[in-house]
Amino acid sequence: MQPVDSHLFLFVGAALFSIGLAVVVVKRHAIVVLMGIELMLNAVNINLVAFSQYDPDRLQGQMLALFVMVVAAAESAVALAIVLQVYRHFRTAQLDELNELKQ
Amino acid sequence: MIQLAFYIFSALALAGALAVLLTRNVLYAAFFLLLTLLGVAGLFVLASADFLAIAQIMIYVGGVLVLVIFGIMLTHKAEVPANTNSQQPNRVASLNRSGARSGLFWGILLAGSLCTALFSLLIRANFALLNQPVGWQSTINTIGKQLMTEYVVPFEIAGILLLASLVGATYLAASHRKPFRHATR
Repeated sequence: MQPVDSHLFLFVGAALFSIGLAVVVVKRHAIVVLMGIELMLNAVNINLVAFSQYDPDRLQGQMLALFVMVVAAAESAVALAIVLQVYRHFRTAQLDELNELKQ
Repeated sequence: MIQLAFYIFSALALAGALAVLLTRNVLYAAFFLLLTLLGVAGLFVLASADFLAIAQIMIYVGGVLVLVIFGIMLTHKAEVPANTNSQQPNRVASLNRSGARSGLFWGILLAGSLCTALFSLLIRANFALLNQPVGWQSTINTIGKQLMTEYVVPFEIAGILLLASLVGATYLAASHRKPFRHATR
């Protein structure tokens, strides 16, 4: 079984990270911004896993990728709760329309 | 064969991510994110990380994406029915910055320059590690041992973090009305 050239994983990870950053900066809906953050975390995970296959005894990269997934799940749960509360207050989830601090 | 599978999965992931960037509909963006996550899971399998691929599918596709779709449904703003044509699909529009295109321009410029910089760096880089031969074996055994020996403290802290985020998300998402308000009126 001939494995894939590992440089290609790094290229895919770089492209995915850039697209995720573009989503975070360009999009104005709060949930789509969260999706962009998920894309960036996935790109980082690809890099970690690609380097981790040369370390089959300790698998440090894969362990870090696992913990990144756990933290991403917790982050998205809390962030979606915040978005829900913001939507209840302002009746919108577009980030550009949230422009006042007081009640 | 493996090369072909790699190209298919990476094309799936990148096309899904680009579609998330380009589509205006938030619900469609969630479905394209599903494509991306499945493609990344396939890439994990090809990088000999079988446990992580299953964990990716279970956590992201089974948990995070369902949560995101719930969020989209709950924050859907019912628009004023200017066009009451029932043939129209249900659109949840994600508007770009209204007015000038400056947000779009700076976003594309930032991401494009980062992409160019990373690609030029990766082309010129020469990782000595990546030239070694690599064997394919199941990682479940090693991950189980590592979680119980070397990474037992982060494992427990991850459990506490998940509990805290569970309680915090429940408290945040709950509506803070006083429960006996209508009874005392």
